[in-house]
Amino acid sequence: MSTTTLERMPAAEPGAEAGPSYLTSEHTVTSWLFTRDHKRIALLFFASITFFFFIGGFAATLIRLNLATPEGLLQPAVYNRMFTMHGVIMVWFFLIPSIPTTFGNFFVPLMIGARDLAFPRLNLGSWYVFNLSGLVVLYSLVMGGADTGWTFYTPLSTSYANGYVFAAAMAVFINGFSSIMTSLNFIVTIHCMRAPGMTWMRLPLFVWGIYAVSVVMLTATPVLAMDTFLLAVERLMGIGLFDPNHGGDPLLWQHMFWFYSHPAVYIMILPAMGVVSEIIPCYARRPIFGYAGMTMALMAIAILSFFVWAHHMFVAGISVYAGVVFSLMTFFVAVPSAIKVFNWTVSLHKGRISFDAPMLYALSFVLLFTLGGVTGLMLATLGIDVDVHGTYFVVAHFHYIMVGATVSAFFGALHYWWPKLTGRLYPEIWARFAAILTYVGFNLTFFPQFILGYLGMPRRSYTYPAEWEPWNLLSSAGASILAVAYLLPLFYLGWSLFWGRKASANPWRATGLEWATSSPPPKHNFERTPTVTLAPYCYDPQRDTYVTQEGVPHAG
Amino acid sequence: MSRWIPFWPDTAAVNAVAVNNLYLAELGLSALIMATVVAMMLMFCIHYRKGSAVSRADRVQKTWHFEIGWTTATLVAFLVLFVWGASIYIWLYQTPRPDEEVYVVGKQWMWKIQHPGGQREIDALHVPVDKTIRVVMASEDVIHSFFIPAFRIKRDVVPGTLQTIWFKADKTGVFKLECTQFCGLQHATMKGEVDVLSGPDYARWLTAQGVHESLAQQGEVVFRAHGCSGCHDANSTVHAPSLAGVYGTYVHLQNGSVRLADEAYIRDCILNPRSFTVAGYPPVMPDFSGQLGEDDLMKLVAYIKSLGKQESGR
Amino acid sequence: MPASATLRPEIQFATLEQQGDAAQLGMWVFLVNETLFFGALIFTYFIYRISYPHEFAVAAKDAVLWCGSVNLAILLTSSLTMVLAINAGAQGERRAMKRWLLVTVALGCAFLLIKGFEYYQDFQDRVVPVVNFATKPGEGNAGELFWVFYWVATGLHAIHLTIGIGLVLYMLWRIRRGEITPAYYAPLEVVGIYWSFVDTVWLFLYPCIYLVGRS
Repeated sequence: MSTTTLERMPAAEPGAEAGPSYLTSEHTVTSWLFTRDHKRIALLFFASITFFFFIGGFAATLIRLNLATPEGLLQPAVYNRMFTMHGVIMVWFFLIPSIPTTFGNFFVPLMIGARDLAFPRLNLGSWYVFNLSGLVVLYSLVMGGADTGWTFYTPLSTSYANGYVFAAAMAVFINGFSSIMTSLNFIVTIHCMRAPGMTWMRLPLFVWGIYAVSVVMLTATPVLAMDTFLLAVERLMGIGLFDPNHGGDPLLWQHMFWFYSHPAVYIMILPAMGVVSEIIPCYARRPIFGYAGMTMALMAIAILSFFVWAHHMFVAGISVYAGVVFSLMTFFVAVPSAIKVFNWTVSLHKGRISFDAPMLYALSFVLLFTLGGVTGLMLATLGIDVDVHGTYFVVAHFHYIMVGATVSAFFGALHYWWPKLTGRLYPEIWARFAAILTYVGFNLTFFPQFILGYLGMPRRSYTYPAEWEPWNLLSSAGASILAVAYLLPLFYLGWSLFWGRKASANPWRATGLEWATSSPPPKHNFERTPTVTLAPYCYDPQRDTYVTQEGVPHAG
Repeated sequence: MSRWIPFWPDTAAVNAVAVNNLYLAELGLSALIMATVVAMMLMFCIHYRKGSAVSRADRVQKTWHFEIGWTTATLVAFLVLFVWGASIYIWLYQTPRPDEEVYVVGKQWMWKIQHPGGQREIDALHVPVDKTIRVVMASEDVIHSFFIPAFRIKRDVVPGTLQTIWFKADKTGVFKLECTQFCGLQHATMKGEVDVLSGPDYARWLTAQGVHESLAQQGEVVFRAHGCSGCHDANSTVHAPSLAGVYGTYVHLQNGSVRLADEAYIRDCILNPRSFTVAGYPPVMPDFSGQLGEDDLMKLVAYIKSLGKQESGR
Repeated sequence: MPASATLRPEIQFATLEQQGDAAQLGMWVFLVNETLFFGALIFTYFIYRISYPHEFAVAAKDAVLWCGSVNLAILLTSSLTMVLAINAGAQGERRAMKRWLLVTVALGCAFLLIKGFEYYQDFQDRVVPVVNFATKPGEGNAGELFWVFYWVATGLHAIHLTIGIGLVLYMLWRIRRGEITPAYYAPLEVVGIYWSFVDTVWLFLYPCIYLVGRS
């Protein structure tokens, strides 16, 4: 968007200028730490998850530095703890909360025309519980870390591991409560607090994404809570629930763990899909292709995700028949994801496409998600999984989805909604550069790992035979580029907070209700409750006009 | 394949050939899907970029036809992959009649291998080429995973159970053996070498080990040392099931169920006799859990198998 | 008793009715979560019970049947008194509402007392895994698993019940402040739903613990 377009923008929406913004309405520390405002809570969460992203990222840096050469850098014990804590922190302290607690918290009430979530104190409570779990995981890390892999397989984790397994398991247990509190809040809010005229089939796809993820979080997390609780009991007291020496079954742990952790990976992708469905229509200036299909795909993924868990156990000793059933189910859950990819791609057809940073991140998401997805199909194929399970192939696959796709969507959301969050515009050139650098760095880091996996390099290894060094070195080099790409936004987004151009209410000319209030919004979101008359994404690329969800038309 | 930068693993067994073909087919399909998505994205992004003057009128309104179309196509393609993959999986995990057997015990952080002739190896496995080898595996401590990339076979070795896997190497050479389930501090170095030899070379290797007691004979020593012969010998006064020829038959248990007497069953009886009491016998067998390492259990199993050996179904 | 000012909904709600609906939906959604939590535990129990039926039956002989049964009766009655309290609240009968709520609290406390006595008895019988456990003949390792389940399940249930008692006391306090009226008694309904859930969990735990091998 050029500066001249900005100056030609119509005046901000009526009533939206009244009152100070949520950022400036109160200044004391207590007004932040005891806030009930979902927007401030979103920023509090943002601070927490960013902190953990850098801790997890630091662990990743050590891992890739170590793997650049076979001789390595770290003692084996340290390396083993680094990859475990990288997994634990990135999964539970960054990826799972990332989009829901930040953009979900901030934008779900705005997008449905509400003044806040249903239970604001529960929302704040969720942040405190998250931080409590964060303190416990930091304790575990500082004391040396757990050394079992983030999957805590027994009997290694219960009877043999030397690290701080109990603390790490307890951190995950407490963290689960934060997830449950947040998801409960979203479900009730979306059911009960939509503005007049905001029917289910007029909800923006981001809200659908948050709804789907909340359903999964609510139903899967309690199982994890029970698992980690029983693991902690076993570790502490030496009971034999999962230990064959005491009559227990190690596979029972795996089944229970994956019953949660497979839906967990969908928890990590569903909100990201929602974000991409917001960005693509806005920058292609046309409605999303197949809105109803997209909502059904989200819900289908959410439900089917509960029926595939044992695809993590094809070689673990389950019966051949069980393997066959779970493989079939896994192929079924891949179908709605494929539908979404096709719909996103075709949503570019006959659009009027611009390539601002959010769009670059969104397109990057589609490509990286598709590559991750096809390799997921390979893992679902039983004959192939027998070969590549437990190797770097799997590591590459899940990083393509969780990092390539989800983190790209996170950055896309950050840039797309930056004006609304902060009232400032970010510098476009730097943002596009960071987006492209991310894509390049990411592929350089993780594509070689597919090759290493098929060659047979096991995962969770601090060293490897010398002949595999070229690919590992390439991967580590790519990681250094990726690190720069992830750090860049810190600088130019930080700069924009003080010196960025001030943003109008709707700098991207988007149709959602969140753009019908000022940038940044006032404390209670809307001075008057909006009335919705239209489905989302009413962009007309032919005439380059758009109509907001309240039915207000805008010329090009 | 360039020896300087390896790109593709060796393909050295009949198992590997099947998996390789499937992998290549899926790579092809994946490339096709990626190419389609990339091509469409590029085409649309260029043709319909903001500055271009092409018409955007008459956009498709009814999207259902396309969605049903590509959903069906996707589902069909996926089902083909599923069936192909599942058939290979079933083939990989159901051992055909073996030519040779090998016993493997995984422990932190080494692979201990015992041949039926009594030869022992650590982190190495010598096998003859073009013979179906059946591998019986146990773990002494945590979960490990037995993986030979060149053969494309893998199975987790879970403590408290016995797992079997098979392969038939079709090339001589030395191939990697890996552990792919994180098992503690030195998991990364829990590696070995699979040395596939021609028939005569293998026979020479076996003799060269200088072992005089076969695994079954070593098992007999353990059998007597732990007092098993006290009850299970033919002239014992204790009413205990005879073990001659039991391997491979179906046994009726006290609780009404029937089990195939394979290696896992024999191991279960030794470690947990109360749960596997044979019908018609008193539940008086002492429980040996904690007294026998997996090595010794393998020897006992080999010995019992050797008693009036019958054709096994596996 | 202070006269209540007209009760207003919280800022994010348009009407009290919307607030009440949201509160009830919230509690039901929370209970879905709780069902999966206890469900995972009961599932683990059944995995082991099916694998070791005999050992579980031997272990369960030491469960104090009269304590469990009396507690079942107490909890079922307390659910009744809870519903009576809510009914009274809906009709505007403040005295009856408070009376029934106090009876509910009393029944809840009685449950905890009997449970406490039962725990004492369990300690005497040496069925506390690892801490004070004596394996009975025929139990094997699986007997200890039964008792792990017992302590985890009844312990978690007791914590939930204590929270329930706290919530009922909180309701009594809010009634005193005039915040529960026939026009708006959603908080009371929400606590009632929670209380019934705690009761239902006991309904499932009871046969798992006390009726094994006693058919």
